[in-house]
Amino acid sequence: MGMLFSLVAVIALAAIAFIGVKLGLLGLFGIILPYLAIIVFLAGFIMKVVKWGKSPVPFHIPTTCGQQKSLPWIKQNKLDNPSSTLGVIGRMALEILLFRSLFRNLKTDMKDGKVIYGSNKWLWLGSLAFHLSFFVVLVRHLRFFTEPVPGWVNMIDAVDGFMQMGVPHLLMTGVVLLAAGGYLFLRRVFNQQVRYISLAADYFPLFLIIGVALSGILMRYFIKVDIVKVKELTMGLATLNVSVPEGIGVIFFIHLFLISVLFAYFPFSKLMHLGGIFLSPTRNLVNNSREVRHVNPWNPEVHVHTYEEYEDEFRELMKEEGIPVEKE
Amino acid sequence: MYNGGKIITGLIIFVALATFPFYANFGKTVELPSELEAEPDEMHLGNIPLVNMRSEHMKLLDQWRDEVVRGGKRFIEYDGDEYEKSLQNGCLGCHEKQEFCTKCHTYAGVKPYCWSCHFAEGEEGLL
Repeated sequence: MGMLFSLVAVIALAAIAFIGVKLGLLGLFGIILPYLAIIVFLAGFIMKVVKWGKSPVPFHIPTTCGQQKSLPWIKQNKLDNPSSTLGVIGRMALEILLFRSLFRNLKTDMKDGKVIYGSNKWLWLGSLAFHLSFFVVLVRHLRFFTEPVPGWVNMIDAVDGFMQMGVPHLLMTGVVLLAAGGYLFLRRVFNQQVRYISLAADYFPLFLIIGVALSGILMRYFIKVDIVKVKELTMGLATLNVSVPEGIGVIFFIHLFLISVLFAYFPFSKLMHLGGIFLSPTRNLVNNSREVRHVNPWNPEVHVHTYEEYEDEFRELMKEEGIPVEKE
Repeated sequence: MYNGGKIITGLIIFVALATFPFYANFGKTVELPSELEAEPDEMHLGNIPLVNMRSEHMKLLDQWRDEVVRGGKRFIEYDGDEYEKSLQNGCLGCHEKQEFCTKCHTYAGVKPYCWSCHFAEGEEGLL
């Protein structure tokens, strides 16, 4: 149900852009909606992160996947159970750049009536391929938003296209993005457990990103558009000196509209894991719960009646009864 | 806010990265590499639609390559004249590389690998 709904929604979005451009609403799809999308994206992103920042972390809850720092002769697992900020930075970097916790993914199965666990790296591989290629694709698009195009953007393009297949040369990340997106979708379809918990909010962003990739690939290799005019439009957006040149193909506006929807939808969706991963208390806390007392930030100040105070209060009585005291 | 310093630093870095195109281009005016104006039915050498040239020329070159290398058909005939299906001797025979190729390619950040083998007149080639 969620799957069908999301698919129809993305196709409807593409159709809206198509009809809109056919009706001549170029200014709306080329200028107004992209600007609105970027504003909603930035404002929504900031508000969401600030809201998270305002939530206290009542408990000290880093996940511990290895030996905690203990006695000197017991070897600590510094990355999986960090006891210093440096360790946490290492753990977070591996998590963010290499998705280390997905690498630990296990598959549970029944064999001869027994539960068995096996290593399962496909999700790790698929999502790493998906995210990294999406990132490279995003950075590559800076050639439409810079003039002159910086050398490093050209270099990424050259490395991405080093297979030199066809004209225009095939950019590998585009293909990988589509393939990995397809894998992530098929995983939701064929893995029963994952399918059971998948909602429209899972399918929709996936279909949207696949739609963006598909329209981009169509535009680059099959339904050509005048790239110089496209850059005239995008540079207009970047320099705040907007214009929509005549004669850009409708496929470009479909691509742009799907991206606008993706950006505007971003802060209100699961895609916020972009910011969320940095704020995961199970990952970014130092596991020093035995060394340092973690105080729940919303706790009121409690006056603690310490032993010293207790002894001060009852010292004379204690002495009379012959109870040992620390201070005479 | 809890850990406000770290979170706000992170947000500032994020916004700085996300808005890069806006401040990198602030106050710039971008010159177009070329003005291409063509009527929808205008043809170049009889059968090459001019209006598509900027978006479709790579397909044409690809097609020419196959026709020449695999089919041995080297020439287009038009108006009694023969034109060679060739980048060096055809296109660049009349058009100048800098104006005709390089400007737009640099502008769009597309580096064709034509020039790994072919070269314009007056350039140092592989020979």
